[in-house]
Amino acid sequence: MIFGIPPQALFGQLLIGLINGSFYAMLSLGLSVIFGLLNIINFTHGAQYMMGAFVAYFLLQYAGIGYWWALLLAPVAVGVVGVVLERFLLKRLYSLDHLYGLLLTFGLGLIIQGIFRNSFGSSGLPYAIPAELTGGRNLGFMVLPNYRAWVIVFSLAVCLATWFVIERTKLGSYLRAATENPALVQAFGINVPRMITLTYGFGVALAALAGVLAAPIYQVNPLMGADLIIVVFAVVVIGGMGSIMGSIVTGFGLGLVEGLTKVFYPEASNTVIFVIMALVLLVKPAGLFGRAQ
Amino acid sequence: MRKYRLLVIAALIGLIAAPAAQAQISDGIIKIGVLTDMSSLYADLSGQGSVIAARMAVEDFGAAKKGMKVEIVSADHQNKADVGSGIARQWLDADKVDVIVDTPNSGVALAVTQIVKEKGKAFLVSGAASSDLTGKACSPNTIHWTYDTWALANGTGSAIVKTGGDSWFFITADYAFGHALERDTEAVVLKNGGKVLGKVRHPLNTADFSSFLLQAQSSKAKIIGLANAGGDTTNSIKQAAEFGIVKGGQNLAGLLVFITDVHALGLQTAQGLIFTEAFYWDLNDKTRAFAKRFAELDRGIHPTMIHAGVYSATLHYLKAVEALKGDDGTKVIAKMKETPTDDPLFGKGSIRADGRKLHPMYLFEVKKPSESKGPWDYYKTRATTPAEQAFRPIDQGDCPLVKK
Repeated sequence: MIFGIPPQALFGQLLIGLINGSFYAMLSLGLSVIFGLLNIINFTHGAQYMMGAFVAYFLLQYAGIGYWWALLLAPVAVGVVGVVLERFLLKRLYSLDHLYGLLLTFGLGLIIQGIFRNSFGSSGLPYAIPAELTGGRNLGFMVLPNYRAWVIVFSLAVCLATWFVIERTKLGSYLRAATENPALVQAFGINVPRMITLTYGFGVALAALAGVLAAPIYQVNPLMGADLIIVVFAVVVIGGMGSIMGSIVTGFGLGLVEGLTKVFYPEASNTVIFVIMALVLLVKPAGLFGRAQ
Repeated sequence: MRKYRLLVIAALIGLIAAPAAQAQISDGIIKIGVLTDMSSLYADLSGQGSVIAARMAVEDFGAAKKGMKVEIVSADHQNKADVGSGIARQWLDADKVDVIVDTPNSGVALAVTQIVKEKGKAFLVSGAASSDLTGKACSPNTIHWTYDTWALANGTGSAIVKTGGDSWFFITADYAFGHALERDTEAVVLKNGGKVLGKVRHPLNTADFSSFLLQAQSSKAKIIGLANAGGDTTNSIKQAAEFGIVKGGQNLAGLLVFITDVHALGLQTAQGLIFTEAFYWDLNDKTRAFAKRFAELDRGIHPTMIHAGVYSATLHYLKAVEALKGDDGTKVIAKMKETPTDDPLFGKGSIRADGRKLHPMYLFEVKKPSESKGPWDYYKTRATTPAEQAFRPIDQGDCPLVKK
């Protein structure tokens, strides 16, 4: 017995925490990439996550295209919407204070969510788990649904690949250089505005990808993003704004903490992350992995 | 002198007019305020549909033909008791609202019932579930129309315990409604010789239930009682299937399930669920006709029992106002209680002194996909509880309005 709970039950809960953590990690990663390179606090992220799930639903419902293709097509579609958004709206705000970007994206998020809610209601639409991943395997201490195992593996792979591209490749070094000194990088003949646009599109696509992953677990629901985005922002704040690895590690870590809270004091499970956020801000205002500027 | 005469005439008019004014409708307009969840997890099962139902009741009553001016306003309480109370005060104090209807979310409804009582207006509850509204918190200004936690527990709980589901684990929404539903169901389980092995309380509007489901699974209880509603219930049911809970021999009891939830889940996932409701659109010709009109106005959504309750309550309210020729809240509620109810959706019924509206409750089972003829053809009736047995006996609710 560990704290009055059989260790097997505890393992199960930790695993569940990791699954939820993988959603936090993917979403906060997208936010971090966007903030790191564009200095935009992307409050439409929740709506874009929701749009990813909806595109998957539309593909299945109206075109008969299943989950695996949706995993590719939905992020591309939502990413393109993101690119358009950046070209026509966000671009105008780079020279202004962060607050303007925040207000614009926040407003857009509300509008998108409102439109979906008006058209599709609030109770959500069904989206089944793909046939290949139904069922589960008995691990002895719990039944692990195959789909959830897939979510952990897949999102971990996506997170690490993103980290690798940004921190370890030449393209990534251009991106990082462009955030430090865009004028200088442009002088070397690199098209910085295009790079920024594509980066935003990529961050948005990550959100949509998380949305497709979430569709079979939760209902495809217009409000799914709004419920999650605030938590994800807390994750980013705890990890340190703009830190790629920080987002990934805190995403998974906070999933674990939340999972444990659901066992020991379930009533507090939707507040615990904010308590941690407050504590981290008191002790390390730049976040756990952030550098003070 | 002429001035003085004018003054006397004015005073006389005042004398004649004053008593007449008391029996009239305040400011000449009956204003109905639909206070509901417009934007969150209960928006489909109440929300805009409740406004539509109220409007249909006003039409069917024939208010315009009878020369009564009726106006409907609506607002979103965001499932927050403080927001709901603020709107209620604004409506009753400044906007001349005479009656508040619907109000899903027991936390909000319990707050509003106090305010309505203080202001001497009327409150017709369809959406909220807590049986405390006709128990400890009953009010001479409130009628609880459609259903309550006691009726749900009594209908679903006893049916399940009697068919062998005698050990329970509760997954409960952590606010007034969930607590009341859990309490009332637990009482039924214990009374019928069952036992409760454990319970876990989750915050309202939770997305991931896997942790709670795992706790329920390891309790080895035969029945996992879902004392929650709306999106919380659909997510619980969907994720329970994923973790193989039903395959493992445990059964789910959705203690409060609406047709919009079944629609959202799809029959594949929802088939076989058993639960208690006060209304189903496909009960008879009158309910079908109502559902057809309603669906055309509400994006194809078929009416839930909450929508039906808003319609029926509003209709009965307008009849009482007409009979009284006045809209004083306390008097109208008293008149409503004294008049037997009769409407196309619930048939004949009555209202008790504690504010409880009585009508039969139904135990429904969700059809298999092969049994359903199409969207919204979801329920078959397993049992009907007559009105006198469907609700808590009046002497057991501790309502101060009931003389012992």
